[in-house]
Amino acid sequence: MIRLSIQARQALARLTLPVLIAASLALMLLGRATPLVPERARISLSDALAPLYAVVNAPLHTLRTGARALRETLSLRSANDRLRLENERLRHWYDIAMALDAENAILKSNLHWVPEPKLSFVTARVVADTGGVYARSVLLSVGPHSDIRRGEVALDAAGLAGRVTEVGVRSARVLLITDMNSRIPVLLERTRARAILSGANGPQPRLQYVVDGIHPQEGERVVTGAEAGAFPAGLLIGTVHYTPSGQTEVTPAADLGRLDIVRIFNYGLSGIAPPEAPGRTGTGVQPSTSTNR
Amino acid sequence: MDKTPGIRPRPGWWHMMDVASRHAFPGVLTVIVLLLLSAPLGIPGQAQLQPAWAMACIFFWSLYRPASMPAPLVFALGLLLDLLGQEPVGIQILALLLIHAAALKLRRTLTRSSFSIVWMVFIMLSAAFALTEWLLVSLLTWQLFPPWPGIFEWGVAAGIYPFVAVSLISLHRGLAAPERAT
Repeated sequence: MIRLSIQARQALARLTLPVLIAASLALMLLGRATPLVPERARISLSDALAPLYAVVNAPLHTLRTGARALRETLSLRSANDRLRLENERLRHWYDIAMALDAENAILKSNLHWVPEPKLSFVTARVVADTGGVYARSVLLSVGPHSDIRRGEVALDAAGLAGRVTEVGVRSARVLLITDMNSRIPVLLERTRARAILSGANGPQPRLQYVVDGIHPQEGERVVTGAEAGAFPAGLLIGTVHYTPSGQTEVTPAADLGRLDIVRIFNYGLSGIAPPEAPGRTGTGVQPSTSTNR
Repeated sequence: MDKTPGIRPRPGWWHMMDVASRHAFPGVLTVIVLLLLSAPLGIPGQAQLQPAWAMACIFFWSLYRPASMPAPLVFALGLLLDLLGQEPVGIQILALLLIHAAALKLRRTLTRSSFSIVWMVFIMLSAAFALTEWLLVSLLTWQLFPPWPGIFEWGVAAGIYPFVAVSLISLHRGLAAPERAT
């Protein structure tokens, strides 16, 4: 080790802080100039941490499942009543769906409908909520040879969650639809109006650039549009909701605050063929996530 | 601090390890809790807890044991915090370094003042942290972010500081005290 005089050492110690502050400013500019470098650093850190998160998650998952089981046992009777009613209602809808499905099949065969390509998907567990204060994203733990690519679409059981932005060896990151940088072309299902759904860093993204003269209805379903070729048409995003101040927001169908398992769909490079595809039943996707009736 | 001067046997390997681990304790504890807080625990306000915990630790150790919280360690903690999140890298490093610098500057007066004064100073510094972060994020991504997450972050930091300080004080005097090494 080099021996320094006391004065030199004191001068060095006084210099450390200004140098580090300058370095942090330099890092900010570097991150602006070459966004790939921090992204690489992030994804390698995530790759390293993904197994650790999985270990932390295992007991938490057990605890959460146990707590839910207990809660459900306590409300068994009321849940049973509710489910019986719901079942009656759904049975009615099942009949309608079956009739429509049969009709749809006949119409498709009459029109010489080109079947849509069969979709492949990968299921992945959400292991960390990695946004920070000013971003909304989640980290997925994926296998070493999973075929996930950037730009693929992530859905939870109920609706659209976001898109894959970074892919590492053992992890992938999904930018949620609530992030400030998220912009999605959407379609209002009842009024057929197109709009852009933009994240606002809050729990509910906003509806922007709705076509003039069209007022989205409260509770109207919002689905993805195929405009930019980034999303397939007709994936459920959520329902329209007006804030007291008159702002049009969308309540996401996906439980974005508590994402547990998501499915990453590979829709090919140029999205899916026809917009407003009436019903996706029989193409490999569960109807619950992507029907457009 | 050598309270009992005199001739003593040469410190052994175990003693040196003990002293070293006690010196490293503040940094290691901060990192471990930061990593745990980035796991999906489902705590409300978890995104805000991470920077709040880093702020509280860096302020506390810079104040009461600056030897264990040198500026390069603060830099590394800020980098870890930035890489765990999705904000532009460098912002939280800068903000944490500012807290560290302020704590070092105010050390002489603050270590002798009452806890409420120290807490007040921390509340002001965490407000400066949240403001710096909000300004720089908005500037670097060139879009105006709503200020609420930052205000919430400030509130979380101000709220957890007493709890963090109480637990760290006992660790500072007991488990992590270098002079207690055997």
